[in-house]
Amino acid sequence: MDKTIVKAGNLVYRRTPVMNDNVMHYCPGCGHGTVHRLIAEVIEEMDIQSETIGIAPVGCSVLIYNYLEIDMQEAAHGRAPALATAAKRLMPEKYVFTYQGDGDLAAIGTAETIHAANRGEDISVFFINNGIYGMTGGQMAPTTLPGMVSSTSPYGRDIKMMGNPLKITELVARLPGAYFVTRQAVHTPSSVRKAKKAIRRAFENQTHKKGLSLVEIVSNCNSGWKMTPVEANKWMVDNMFPFYPPGDIKLNGKLVNKEKE
Amino acid sequence: MAKVKGVIIVDKEKCKGCELCIHACPTSVISMSGEVNAKGYHFACMKNPDACTGCTNCAIVCPDGVIMVYREKKV
Ligand SMILES: Cc1ncc(C[n+]2csc(CCOP(=O)(O)OP(=O)(O)O)c2C)c(N)n1
Ligand code: SF4
Ligand code: SF4
Repeated sequence: MDKTIVKAGNLVYRRTPVMNDNVMHYCPGCGHGTVHRLIAEVIEEMDIQSETIGIAPVGCSVLIYNYLEIDMQEAAHGRAPALATAAKRLMPEKYVFTYQGDGDLAAIGTAETIHAANRGEDISVFFINNGIYGMTGGQMAPTTLPGMVSSTSPYGRDIKMMGNPLKITELVARLPGAYFVTRQAVHTPSSVRKAKKAIRRAFENQTHKKGLSLVEIVSNCNSGWKMTPVEANKWMVDNMFPFYPPGDIKLNGKLVNKEKE
Repeated sequence: MAKVKGVIIVDKEKCKGCELCIHACPTSVISMSGEVNAKGYHFACMKNPDACTGCTNCAIVCPDGVIMVYREKKV
């Protein structure tokens, strides 16, 4: 290693000061940490650290407020969009976002998600879809794929008995109050760059006051899936992406073409 | 010819050994150390430092944000 390169003027990447030095409790390779960092980097780049309020979920990311150096409030399970609505209406000049897993957003919080979007609240919703309930031991979620093994569908999700997975992101996109809806991932350098742009756009939309922005991040729960992080990301690409394809679903209040039919 | 050279600094006590950075590196610079940190994880290190271009790919995929990257144009 050429130590002469290591000097302040040559620094091209460092941890954003919008994150503190606490060691995150996430399993090695979990996408939660990456998404936390992207949100923090966008807040730093937009210079809105003191104007941002985050709403934490129940789930593995319940402790997000221990890592981001911004004002945050914990919501009851699934109720983050309702709490974000209150915060934004009381303080319309603030940037307000929720951070939620698929159990939080698409199971217990379905009503809050749909109604906040339908009301067109000027908030950003960051939705981490790992296909299961990570925190409580990998149970089946509404997002669990057909045939996917979880601790409560040990032989794979049987659609006849357990019903269909819910594409809540596509559902939200069809609501008139949703302004920007996209699906991203954070498993490769290029996907991380795209996801960051989407997160930035979701924050910037709050200044236009045109409605809710939702950024889904398809992610891994390698512990729950019982795989190594590298295997889990590969499994995600092979199995989650065909059902949850990354890409924009609604831009500037208009469904993108493929969603129209 | 000018060549872009890079160096990564891994916070080895905070690395969790997930190996995602190894796969993100286009020039196969990184491998896991034979040693472990205080938490018992093998940590990422530069096995092939001369190949590093300072592209930052490893740093931006690291879930724990423990990689710092330096880059310089060498003549
Ligand atoms: C009212 C209530 N019901 C149930 C629970 C138990 N519980 C905690 S986390 C969780 C699911 C979290 O899953 P998800 O939102 O997918 O997040 P992940 O942990 O996968 O990131 C559940 C059901 C709870 N804490 N509160
Ligand atoms: S249990 Fe799953 S979602 Fe939770 S930290 Fe571990 S890998 Fe991430
Ligand atoms: S991606 Fe980060 S945590 Fe994972 S092995 Fe590399 S440096 Fe360590």
